[in-house]
Amino acid sequence: MKNNNIIEIKELNKWYGDFHVLKDINLSVKTGEIIVICGPSGSGKSTLIRCINYLEQFQKGSIVVDGIEVIDDIKKIKALREDVAMVFQHFNLFPHLSILDNLTLSPIWVKKQPEKEAIAIAMKFLERVGIAEQANKYPNQLSGGQQQRVAIARSLCKNPNIMLFDEPTSALDPEMVAEVLNVMVELANEGRTMICVTHEMGFAKKVANRVIFMDEGQIVEENTPKEFFENPESKRLQQFLEQILSH
Amino acid sequence: MAIYKEKDSQKAPIETKGVVFWVKNNLFSTPLDIVMTLMGISILLLIIPPFIQWAYIDANFIGETREDCTNDGACWVFVKMKMDLFMYGFYPKAELWRLQSALLLFIVMITSLKLLKSTKLKFASFSLYFIIAFVLIHGGMFGLEIVNTDKWGGLMLTIIIAAVGIIFSFPIGVVIAFGRASNLPVIKSICVTYVEFIRGVPLITILFMSSVILPLFFPESITFDKLFRALIGITLFQAAYVAETIRGGLQSIPAGQYEAADAIGLSYWQKMLLVILPQALKVAIPNLVGIFISLFQDTTLILIIGLFDILAMVRITSADSNWLGLETEGYVFVTFVFWVFCYGMSKYSSRLEKQFDTNLK
Repeated sequence: MKNNNIIEIKELNKWYGDFHVLKDINLSVKTGEIIVICGPSGSGKSTLIRCINYLEQFQKGSIVVDGIEVIDDIKKIKALREDVAMVFQHFNLFPHLSILDNLTLSPIWVKKQPEKEAIAIAMKFLERVGIAEQANKYPNQLSGGQQQRVAIARSLCKNPNIMLFDEPTSALDPEMVAEVLNVMVELANEGRTMICVTHEMGFAKKVANRVIFMDEGQIVEENTPKEFFENPESKRLQQFLEQILSH
Repeated sequence: MAIYKEKDSQKAPIETKGVVFWVKNNLFSTPLDIVMTLMGISILLLIIPPFIQWAYIDANFIGETREDCTNDGACWVFVKMKMDLFMYGFYPKAELWRLQSALLLFIVMITSLKLLKSTKLKFASFSLYFIIAFVLIHGGMFGLEIVNTDKWGGLMLTIIIAAVGIIFSFPIGVVIAFGRASNLPVIKSICVTYVEFIRGVPLITILFMSSVILPLFFPESITFDKLFRALIGITLFQAAYVAETIRGGLQSIPAGQYEAADAIGLSYWQKMLLVILPQALKVAIPNLVGIFISLFQDTTLILIIGLFDILAMVRITSADSNWLGLETEGYVFVTFVFWVFCYGMSKYSSRLEKQFDTNLK
């Protein structure tokens, strides 16, 4: 029997010391699905997606990504990270490398691609996010929005099947949020599997297949965007939506 | 409601620029400033003219013996006549060409580093130089007569010790710094113990230990060269300080950099060497150069285990009965040599800092 769930999370539990951050999370993601996770800060949403590419270790439960079980094993983690890309809230570009070197670092050193090929691919993705002409500048010379687009291009360079976005627009000035969201909408339309932690409800309505609401380390509600926003069931989600949509 | 017109940028007011403005603002801005400036100038006037009088105007440059120093000022003839000893110690005169060619090759090597593009070739040229230089200086191959290390001395020895200390302590220090920042408790505690042990002991003790105590641990048939033992001691000593300096740099790297490197699939060593270390070094350069400069100065301590660096050579030569009482000239000369090297290192460090600076360009 073929399972077309690209990500399978079962009974996931995680503690920071005695603090129970993730409680019995069960989540299946189909190939090509776009999932938006929202919730108040401290609800465990970032921790959840960071478990998926093993930036965070967990104590109980299991995660299987694209047939790879996420456990503490160098080979599996390496395979996992070639398959899963992550975009961070604070971009985390490497400030000592030029934009182009930021993009080619992993292809050259991890995939052992020839330099020319890696540069060609990198330039292709830089063009797609609209910053090809800045290729030889350094990260700190770009605006936040441009840096985040570079970060997206960097994560695309290894042609991942799954992309994780950890609040990609939260650190941006309002004027720059749109340029990053536009790139993300384009990616969503390409059929790549995406999990986005974000509070951009417009983005969720436009592209998400499912929206997940988390609070206190649990998945509280999960629905299609239409139902999620129009008929929230739980009291907690109703309050949350009221808060973030009231202005 | 009001709508404002767009305004053009204007030039800065003229009286906030220029030499006169700078002098007025920085040297004579308050009464205290004026007093300090005048005091500073008078101290300089008190010291510099007499020194120039002694070191240059009244000094003796020509001649070959003590008797040629007839003027009141410095007797540079002494330094001139003893120059070979200051530079090369007791290295046999007939073999000095070997040292000079090593020096010449050094310039060739540095030029090759500038010209070569590939990092591998650069590294090859760099390593090859040290092998050739060792063969040239030590001999024993290609018909070159062996010159034992007890004949090595002077500035040459100072430079050899400092260079070996810097080049080898750096990678060791990097690894220890990584170890100290690592999550593995065993590795971490080994590195912490090492650093804390070395830093708790003065360099002199380490030198004594490496020259007196170390041989006790080995059977009598194995004898290490004295210089070799000193080099090991100095390298291990310096590595602890390099490690601490780099650790300071490592701590300034935000966790996001580690996470991003992990997320794009780099291995531990790739992450540390390609992403973390270059950034940590940039922060650590001023302090690193600081400890390398003090290493250069600390090489003078090898006198106590019977090796003669440039400073020791001054002491020895000024005990020469033909040249008694001329220590001052010798020490002024050594001061100048040390200053040139240390100032050069410090200048080089600020150039490196600029090279590493990718924040604004």
